[in-house]
Amino acid sequence: MNLSERSAQAIEAVALPTLAMGGALLLFGAFVWAGGKSPLEAWLLLFKGAFGDWFSWQNTLQRAAPLMLTALCVALPARAGLIIIGGEGALVLGGLACAALPYLFAPPANAFGTALVLLAGALAGAAWIALAGWLRQARGVNETISSLLLAYTAIALFKHIVEGPMRDPASLNKPSTRPLAEALRIGELPGADIHWGLVFGVVACVLLGLWLFFSSSGFATRVVGGNARAARLVGLPSTRIVIVTCAIGGACAGLAGAIEVVAVHTSANASLIAGLGYAGILVSFVARHNPWVIMPVAVLFGGFGSAGSLLQRRLDVPDASVLVLQGFAFLLILASEALRGRMFVAGPVRTEVEMPGASFDKLGTIGNTGSARTEDVPTVLPSTSPGRSEMQAQDERTPTVRTEPVEVPAPPLLPTLSQGPA
Amino acid sequence: MTPEMDALTLALNLLVAVLGGAIRVGTPFLMVSLGECITEKAGRINLGLEGVLVFSAMAGFGAAYLSNNVWIGVFAAGASGALLALLHGLVCSLPRVNDIAAGIALMMLGTGLAFYLGKPLIQPQAPQIPALALGDWSASAQVRSALQINLLFPVGVVLAAVLSWGFRSTRFGLLLRMAGDSSDAARSLGSSVNTIRIAATTLGGFIAGLGGASLSLYYPGSWNEGLSSGQGLIAVALVIFARWSPLRCLWAALLFGGAGALGPALQSVGISQGYYLFNAVPYVLTLTILVWTCSPRRSLQGAPLELGVSC
Repeated sequence: MNLSERSAQAIEAVALPTLAMGGALLLFGAFVWAGGKSPLEAWLLLFKGAFGDWFSWQNTLQRAAPLMLTALCVALPARAGLIIIGGEGALVLGGLACAALPYLFAPPANAFGTALVLLAGALAGAAWIALAGWLRQARGVNETISSLLLAYTAIALFKHIVEGPMRDPASLNKPSTRPLAEALRIGELPGADIHWGLVFGVVACVLLGLWLFFSSSGFATRVVGGNARAARLVGLPSTRIVIVTCAIGGACAGLAGAIEVVAVHTSANASLIAGLGYAGILVSFVARHNPWVIMPVAVLFGGFGSAGSLLQRRLDVPDASVLVLQGFAFLLILASEALRGRMFVAGPVRTEVEMPGASFDKLGTIGNTGSARTEDVPTVLPSTSPGRSEMQAQDERTPTVRTEPVEVPAPPLLPTLSQGPA
Repeated sequence: MTPEMDALTLALNLLVAVLGGAIRVGTPFLMVSLGECITEKAGRINLGLEGVLVFSAMAGFGAAYLSNNVWIGVFAAGASGALLALLHGLVCSLPRVNDIAAGIALMMLGTGLAFYLGKPLIQPQAPQIPALALGDWSASAQVRSALQINLLFPVGVVLAAVLSWGFRSTRFGLLLRMAGDSSDAARSLGSSVNTIRIAATTLGGFIAGLGGASLSLYYPGSWNEGLSSGQGLIAVALVIFARWSPLRCLWAALLFGGAGALGPALQSVGISQGYYLFNAVPYVLTLTILVWTCSPRRSLQGAPLELGVSC
């Protein structure tokens, strides 16, 4: 593609979400106005509560940290072509594993001990999401559904263990595990009221972005997600790549839960189940599954979260106003995808080149092209699905006879894969 | 009383409690899964039914409270559910919009709107959906209370039968299935796939909205923010469990409801261990069945082909 196309795309990539966010704020203003409040004041308070002063910034950044990590749990599998929506499960299990480790043995009361409990959390999360990835690769079970079911199972398990076997008898009103030793907790960044979780979130986003865009295994992951057939043709180990990517994503969500326990709640209890995993889905989709973009988006939505209480106090609106705003924002940003490639009339209308994960409109996995056909596919890697974006492209054209996978020339696919970060 | 008889009555009481609970807890499951079933038959997934359920529960409760007429409430619940689902249908009809993501967005918006608008409704009482007392013949108070049946439950049973017939034998049902199985075929007949899917999603939202009414106007019978425990999300799994058949949705909803009622029923006879684990039984069961029946090489029997959700 030539340079002007590239710059048009770059402008779009910024302009579309910005417009959508503006639209969401407008809608939110109208909504508040319909309730008899001043929209102007609402917008002002929203800004003040999120980014108005150092105090708000601290609150915002504090809330952004777990969002970055749970968003990675969506973004990385999405890059490998999987839509995982069960990050909440990995998060609560991560928190539980972190609080459970001291029941097994006494971790050293220093930074190494903290690292151990955090590692326990990350591993628990990794195992949970990797299970969803494995089920899809080995058994063809749809990962969206399985991760959701696994999340509900994890939450039930969490409640059972926290209120049963691992309950601290001293926690009367709110069943909790035994609080972590003082030395294991993580404190705040020097000179700020923000705990170290933010550093974990930022480092994870930066490193995983580097891995995804600049390493060969990261490239392989994007190939698997961008076009599974191409991946099969060049002999990539799709199964391993998918499972490892899911495990890394799950580890991030598990780490988020562990950090919440180590830095905020000090023990595993029901406060951990706060929808951070679902908010991460929103963040990841808005960031179009780009780990670097996740950082500012998480800060933005963290800001909305921290503005919620100010809105509630000063404008006397329910705290759910933030959820309403998030819902508007998410819907409009998704809808704005429809305009991509059409903002500039001279620009190319590109329907086939799409972000993995963000753009296919099906839960498409194996078998969605019918049973008769898939049987003759050479199943070297039986679990890879026919390219999804391609399937959709077929949908958009006039009815066509679906071709055999081997007949599709590989080369035209490659330029679409070598795109850098969106 | 001998110990054996004691154990027998205990088991009987438990059975009756679980059966009654299955219907009580299962009614919202039934409605929301029928709604999801229609949507998925047309080739779309609506994860936003969770938002629909919560929002319609609030709207139904509010309307019943304000009008002091429970049926206005029930209708308002269905209508508000349809409206929210219509939004999902429209957004998903735009090119390159992922219906999973749109569903999550709708879930946030629906619950957000419900919590926001429902704040003043947490205290008041609204008229309730009347119950059918099917247990009047029995002398046992437990049997009588277990057989108090939510009037929406028979409505759901009839709906399941009507849908099952409609999918098979009506023009719209056939078109809807065609949109779900092969959009190319539907297009070649001159039908607009998007229109069919939007209609199916909206209708599904209406039925799911009735489930919301069942939550806020029958059991638990009040409006609060913890009303739904994820029934809307789980409906997706339930429909897979039922292999996209409305009649099987009925049994699946009863099973899920029964599993949900098992914990409280055991608690009522003095067993309080594993309360949450019993709640998780349906999820584990669905997952097991998925693992069991899915295969990388073929799609699940009965799955709409355009959906691709099966495997």
